[in-house]
Amino acid sequence: MLGKERLKVITDRVLGFSGADQTEVVIMGGDEHLTRFATNRIHQNVSETDVTVRVRAVFGQKMGVASGNDLSDEALRHVVDAAETVARFQQDNPDFHSLPEPQPAQEIDAYIAATAACSPEQRAQGVAAICTLSRENGLQAAGAFSTEVQEMFVANSLGVAAYHCGTVAKLVTVIMSDDSSGYGAATAADVSTLDPEAVGRVAVDKALQSRHPTSIEPGAYTVILEEAAVADMLSSLGFTGFGALALQEGRSFMTGRLGEPVTGANITIWDDGLDPRGLVLPFDFEGVPKQRVALIEKGIAQGVVYDTFTAGREEGKASTGHSLPAPNTFGPIPLNLFMAPGTATKAEMLASTERGIWVTRFHYTNTVHPIKTVLTGMTRDGTFLIEDGVITRPLKNFRFTQSILEAFSRAEMLSSDCKLISGRRGGIYVPAAKIHEFQFTGTTEF
Amino acid sequence: MRNLTDRALDLAKVKGATYADVRIVRRENQAITVKNGIVQRLALDSSQGFGIRVIADGAWGFASSHRLEPAEVDRVTALAVQIAKASALTKIEDVDLGPAEVHVGSYRTPVEIDPFTVPLNDKVSLLLAADKEARAVKGVKVATSSLVFIRENKTFASTEGSFIEQEIIESGLGIVAVAVAQGEMQKRSYPNSFGRHQGTAGYEFVKRWDLVGNARRMGEEAVALLSAPQCPAGVTTMILDGPQLALQVHESCGHPIELDRVFGTEAAYAGTSFLTPEKYGGHFRYGSDIVNLTADAVTPTGLGTFGYDDEGVPAQKTDIVKNGMFVGYLTSRETAQELRRLHPDAPARSNGAMRADGWNRIPIIRMTNISLQPGTWTLDDLIADTDDGIYMITNKSWSIDDKRLNFQFGTELAYQIKNGKLGQMYKNATYTGITPQFWGNCDAICNADHWVVWGTPNCGKGQPGQVAHTGHGTAPARFRNVQVGVMK
Repeated sequence: MLGKERLKVITDRVLGFSGADQTEVVIMGGDEHLTRFATNRIHQNVSETDVTVRVRAVFGQKMGVASGNDLSDEALRHVVDAAETVARFQQDNPDFHSLPEPQPAQEIDAYIAATAACSPEQRAQGVAAICTLSRENGLQAAGAFSTEVQEMFVANSLGVAAYHCGTVAKLVTVIMSDDSSGYGAATAADVSTLDPEAVGRVAVDKALQSRHPTSIEPGAYTVILEEAAVADMLSSLGFTGFGALALQEGRSFMTGRLGEPVTGANITIWDDGLDPRGLVLPFDFEGVPKQRVALIEKGIAQGVVYDTFTAGREEGKASTGHSLPAPNTFGPIPLNLFMAPGTATKAEMLASTERGIWVTRFHYTNTVHPIKTVLTGMTRDGTFLIEDGVITRPLKNFRFTQSILEAFSRAEMLSSDCKLISGRRGGIYVPAAKIHEFQFTGTTEF
Repeated sequence: MRNLTDRALDLAKVKGATYADVRIVRRENQAITVKNGIVQRLALDSSQGFGIRVIADGAWGFASSHRLEPAEVDRVTALAVQIAKASALTKIEDVDLGPAEVHVGSYRTPVEIDPFTVPLNDKVSLLLAADKEARAVKGVKVATSSLVFIRENKTFASTEGSFIEQEIIESGLGIVAVAVAQGEMQKRSYPNSFGRHQGTAGYEFVKRWDLVGNARRMGEEAVALLSAPQCPAGVTTMILDGPQLALQVHESCGHPIELDRVFGTEAAYAGTSFLTPEKYGGHFRYGSDIVNLTADAVTPTGLGTFGYDDEGVPAQKTDIVKNGMFVGYLTSRETAQELRRLHPDAPARSNGAMRADGWNRIPIIRMTNISLQPGTWTLDDLIADTDDGIYMITNKSWSIDDKRLNFQFGTELAYQIKNGKLGQMYKNATYTGITPQFWGNCDAICNADHWVVWGTPNCGKGQPGQVAHTGHGTAPARFRNVQVGVMK
């Protein structure tokens, strides 16, 4: 970890090397430690220290980007030269107007010393607790326990200078018998709030409960989706349709539907990088402060997220603080999604289900049709049949092929408790959901 | 370079390591993307650093840093040993690497034209020309074309005495045309989808694939798909084109033969494998008699081609499926020993499939070039021989369960086959199946004239995440009794 003052010195040096009309420097770095285990033992245990300096040079409406991870003056000069060289090869991009002007960004203390100081021995002890629990039950545990410090400094020649440092601790385990598996996971900024034994206990119970699964025919079933499965669906919406570029290019399910109902009235989805219930990031990769953006409000499509570039393409729009690192042809995306809770407990969802399927999580989901929001994937790590309000037996896993928006139009109940699920980048804070007529289109052999 | 590797290896031994290897890697990446006539991305990225992997107290540790300085080498080496000793807290038995691998050598990707010497102007002009062709078709909303060039220089040294230097060069290219109408979006990609086709080769690879000459056809097909009928549902005969078959091989053969995931080390993330160890030995039927699959790291231009893997084992070619029977895994030094404990006749040495995504990642078992060997048919004859079926072209979506059995793929384009001729175009084509049943129904494979080593530059595995670049040689092939048209 380099710290705010040292990163400021580096960004000032880089800005000083540049002869471009405008220059942006993004430094991302940190220390990441990950202890990986399988068959009740640690089999990979790694540590990484890295920092990337990304420079965007702007001449008029031409831009070039270069990056490197060598912090010597010579190497930093080379990165700046490379960015300027490629910028000169560009044609004017008429949609680009300027790098962002400085705006006051909220400083949020997301650095937890206990997480930053977590040692290999501490992680090994957490893993050992899970492996012991697994072994005592005749099971095999696999998973990963990671702790990391991430820092980011964004500066530009217009005066932007934003720094953030945060910590993340993640623990995931899948515990298996010969014919079953169970899943447990926890994510937090503070490693001391994670309870490896509790995470392991959830996975062990599920692995034992799902032994000797049987098949039932695929088809349309009422489902109770645990939070990880709901987060998977939300993540897919975020990547395919909640960004301004997808909307502008007609690739989004939101295109032409703003102000119209797209889900049931009990569905409200927003993005908020400042909410401490998620993984906080107060500004984006251009240094623009993150705004809370309403995406779907009581079932009505409300809006999408913007970066400076996409905001410049529409009259009256401003960046909402959702850019990805330049150069980015994908457009802005929400990285801190939230879904409003309901009022039910999972026990009430279960008790109210005459016949249905309980889904712990999905595996290998992929978008089949982005405008129809059709997603396919498998269930895994605990799939159960519900009959007359109780779980009656474990099931072999299903393939689903289902429109997410249609599923969210048939969400009968949402849980009052939400859970933070670690996303591909950032976090997703969601309730569990009970949904009718969820389309299972195939089965597998386990 | 040798000063730093010697320093790390010597210190690792002093700190208590019984084995250590160190990799120093520098990767340069040049990426150019043109979107709707504008150069949206022109980036030169580089990353360098070192990673040291050790065995201490019989367990693994790995640490890495971007700072190539003696003091940092010392800190990181000591940390790697500390981590290994922490790993030993849960140890069941000592890591066994088997026979020593001692190799001193070098390898460089053979290239005709070093892509980093080609002027940026030439590259940008090529993409702008392709972009113009694709957008000349009325109805194309977005055209995106791209070039990628990678140069990776890496040095490997081990306490067993290996010292290996390699330079791997990759070139990639692609164009995708997107057409949008009310509630419908269709796209066509060339030469392959999801960004690009890529190989270990120089700029001659880009020239060979003629992006400009195929761009307009991509636009025309994308627009035509908007008004094409939905692919019907049913059980039918299906012919897959080379790129789609390459991904089918990747997902349903390449991943399940990774011996680390067979032994459960990917269980919590990517999953395990249906090809469990008791199926090893040539008695498990994976596919029909004509299905022959190999793993190799030596095919010219293959994206999985190199001189030595990232634990210093020389590149090799291995049978995976022979005449339909499963005969081999992708192995590492450690997993080869684990397999031998179950099957004493299994090879004692790794077949060289350990690959790391840069200096800051530990090597794990990855695909090299996993290829379906060619058959005897021409594509014209194969279509003419098919009374009723569907021809599916270029991947659009993919998903497979965590043991690699139940899969579902979607393709960008499909055609009805009726009485031996291509007929109606279909949109949103999908198919699904169970791996051994599907390959068991393969009854015809096109010949070597149709065989291409397709590049897959986006294979994800491992924690922390690693992206591998893999190759898949395929020619179009026919499958009977396939469930198609899964999406409503």
